[in-house]
Amino acid sequence: MAKKSFVGEVIRGIIKDNPVFVLVLGLCPVLAVSTSFANALGMAMAFTFVMLGSNIFVSLLRKQIPPGVRIPIFILIICTFVTMIDMLLEAFLPPMYEALGIFVPLIVVNCIVIGRAEAFANRNPVLPSIADGIGISIGFAAALILLGSIREILGTGALKLVMLWSEGGKLAFYPLSDIPGFSFVPNPIEFPIEPATVMVTPPGAFLTIAALMLLFKIMSDRKRMKQLRKEGYEI
Amino acid sequence: MIETPGLMPTESLFPIFVNAMFTKNFLLIMFLGLCSYVGLTTNSDTSKGMSMAVTFVMTMSAILTWPIYHYLLSPASIIGKDLTFLRTICFILIIASFVQLVEFIIRRFSPPLYKSLGIYLPLIATNCAVLGVVLMNIQEGYTYGASIIYAFAAGLGYSWVMLATAAVREKLIMRNVDLFSGFIGAFFAATMVALIVVSYFSVVKL
Repeated sequence: MAKKSFVGEVIRGIIKDNPVFVLVLGLCPVLAVSTSFANALGMAMAFTFVMLGSNIFVSLLRKQIPPGVRIPIFILIICTFVTMIDMLLEAFLPPMYEALGIFVPLIVVNCIVIGRAEAFANRNPVLPSIADGIGISIGFAAALILLGSIREILGTGALKLVMLWSEGGKLAFYPLSDIPGFSFVPNPIEFPIEPATVMVTPPGAFLTIAALMLLFKIMSDRKRMKQLRKEGYEI
Repeated sequence: MIETPGLMPTESLFPIFVNAMFTKNFLLIMFLGLCSYVGLTTNSDTSKGMSMAVTFVMTMSAILTWPIYHYLLSPASIIGKDLTFLRTICFILIIASFVQLVEFIIRRFSPPLYKSLGIYLPLIATNCAVLGVVLMNIQEGYTYGASIIYAFAAGLGYSWVMLATAAVREKLIMRNVDLFSGFIGAFFAATMVALIVVSYFSVVKL
């Protein structure tokens, strides 16, 4: 395997190996919790914790894991981190724990986490595995937040930006306008469109992801056509 | 004091059944088990095999996990300690070992089906729909009977959506519309089927 820089690995995870739009893995949480920006952010943070933890530990233990039983061992490692984030969320962010529901324990069967453990962390040293974890997490978070924002804007006509922040010792997701330094951001951001309730219902999730994938496919086709024309093909 | 739900169903079973099959359909409304959904609905034979396997595994895991949760892990159990934090790890181990068994059976009795299910068969273990069913059973506090009915109905709901989408996608693939084959077609087909379910059950109240 060719040596790549840390940043290169991160960027590969975001664009070339984007878990949602390119690999089409781990769709269940993406579609289910992307009803709003806040839920999408919470899910993305929980996912990042599990992804990084699993990649680091699988990579550290890769010489000890017997190949025959590697999948159960990956699942046990992932499950440890899922249980940790489940308990942490329940203790410190109860509203977010309620909103995400069974999708926090279900990170354990998320194909992306197992897929990266199998395809990357099991074969690479710790540092590239961390880079891979960061890249995949950012790619996943970007897709989730993009979908969540689009659905919230089209479904309710406004976008409520939130941020994880601790105020007076109480950790919670506060509106961005309440956080010092961001008070210029209006909350919620209003859009001059007629809200279409179908976008926050389940069919809206399918429609949004189908439309986004179509858009990305048309864009990549255009790019490839241009490339081919440049090389002298008649299309 | 938490009480253990009884064995025989005390809730009315019809709403549970219809909820799991239609109004709270696992694939369309709850978004569980989508990896196999987009991966296998290109062909109705494969989706038929997968649906049967998933329904079977779901029902069996509900039968296996309910007693383990309520008699070993819950604070009201015979051990008397709150071990509920172990539920995810216990359930996943039970499901994984059970799926291994199903894999042996299918390989022995139907090699063509084994071939066509391919890599998705071991992936039933990591199918969120199966783990989702057992977690929902615990969350809703169903009795033993109701939880089995719920799991079976969820499996049937998974099956009909798989077959309906496979029918739509097979037509799309035969028309050879390049842009709509593959995942994009799957999601547009899912949008249509989901819209039908949602709008039908918003008009017809149970």
